[in-house]
Amino acid sequence: MMEQHQIKEVKLAPIRNGTVIDHIRCGQALNVMKILKVNESNIDSCISIGMHVASSKGAQWKDIIKIEDRELDSRSVDKIALIAPEATISIIRDYYVAEKYPVRLGEKVVGLARCSNPNCITNKGEPILTEFTVIRRNPVEIRCCYCDRILLNVSDNLL
Amino acid sequence: MDLHDKDVVSIRDFSKDQIESILDLSEKMVPYASGDKTERILDGKILGNLFFEPSTRTKLSFESAAYRLGCNVIDVSEMSMTSISKGETLADTIKMVDAYCDLIVLRHPYEGAARLAAKFSLRPVINAGDGAGSHPTQTLLDLFTMREAKGTLDGLSVVLVGDLKYGRTVHSLADALTMFGAKITLVAPETLQMPDDIVSNLEEKGCRPRKTEYIEDAISQADVLYVTRIQRERFPDPAEYSKVAGTYRIDNAILREAKSDMIVMHPLPRVGEIAPEVDDTPHARYFKQAFNGVPVRMALLRAILGGEYR
Repeated sequence: MMEQHQIKEVKLAPIRNGTVIDHIRCGQALNVMKILKVNESNIDSCISIGMHVASSKGAQWKDIIKIEDRELDSRSVDKIALIAPEATISIIRDYYVAEKYPVRLGEKVVGLARCSNPNCITNKGEPILTEFTVIRRNPVEIRCCYCDRILLNVSDNLL
Repeated sequence: MDLHDKDVVSIRDFSKDQIESILDLSEKMVPYASGDKTERILDGKILGNLFFEPSTRTKLSFESAAYRLGCNVIDVSEMSMTSISKGETLADTIKMVDAYCDLIVLRHPYEGAARLAAKFSLRPVINAGDGAGSHPTQTLLDLFTMREAKGTLDGLSVVLVGDLKYGRTVHSLADALTMFGAKITLVAPETLQMPDDIVSNLEEKGCRPRKTEYIEDAISQADVLYVTRIQRERFPDPAEYSKVAGTYRIDNAILREAKSDMIVMHPLPRVGEIAPEVDDTPHARYFKQAFNGVPVRMALLRAILGGEYR
């Protein structure tokens, strides 16, 4: 166990200040990056992405992201819950975990995703926020409150 | 159940008991719908009939239902004749119409339009069909027609035939029939079968629909044969339409295999799915079904606007 722990530390170095998004469903790390909207032009600090990393709980493999000098807003965390419902968020301050919490999906998802039905009224320029009812939590399945369709490809339809 | 001032957006908004109550009131409305009795309980009220998509039966039967109850009607029949053609949002249109009437009936080409209207309107809204989405008053009149013919809705064997992919009436109807323990058979070419998410929803409610491409496999056990038109306007590719158009045609030869009291229903318009010779058989119920739109819509208008529900 000790050996495995040391190897993990080498792969993803600890951060001094920032956020660790852990237990991301395997294969979703790049979609989480899209949610965070970070790219070379808008961030000055280090981002570490671990993909297909051995997991100590639940699934055998997971993805993990560490971002230095940044804390997430609640809207980003809510979006992460849609594509990685088992993810945890840790706020790191001076190398210590100052706060840790799991992402949480409520009963409704409001204004976070667009409906995949092109004929849905929410895609027609009306002054409304999209609204979905959560019908399954893992994997996440949500139904549009307007057209009643189940949203396909959640990660491609995040707003 | 009190429907006073309530919206009617989807059949899913109703419980089995609520549906039964609406059908009971619809039954009481039949002599008024046919003009044998008169009632003006909605005298002085105004119905806003907004039809942004073509309709014959639904629009006329709402108007007839309103007039039979003494209610006045203002209407819009084309999107091109409204401010929507100038770029006005549906939300703004609804807020404006809200000021002119007591209840809004809406048909619209986009799915979810009625839910949006209900959100923005202070008045009750009835969904008269939104794109390929819901058409709850059609479902209610279909159920009313079945109950009227068979005496009950419980445990009926219902065969749905034709365009089960794009046809909005069959989606809502199948959903409602599961509440009554119906045995459902889905007859369609593979490309027009009921969408998987709707079948999954039926299965979650304990219904195990049987799928087949052949009417002959299903007709002998049926209590109700519900035929739908294969809708040219819903096909993105005309070549795909021509492959499946005319797949099913109900005629007297096919009906020889049916039970003597089996009924044939169709939301109409029909385009060759049912031979005219069937019209004269005791199986034909589709014109009675079209009439039933009036008492069912009278029941809804009365319950929503009149506040009376007995």
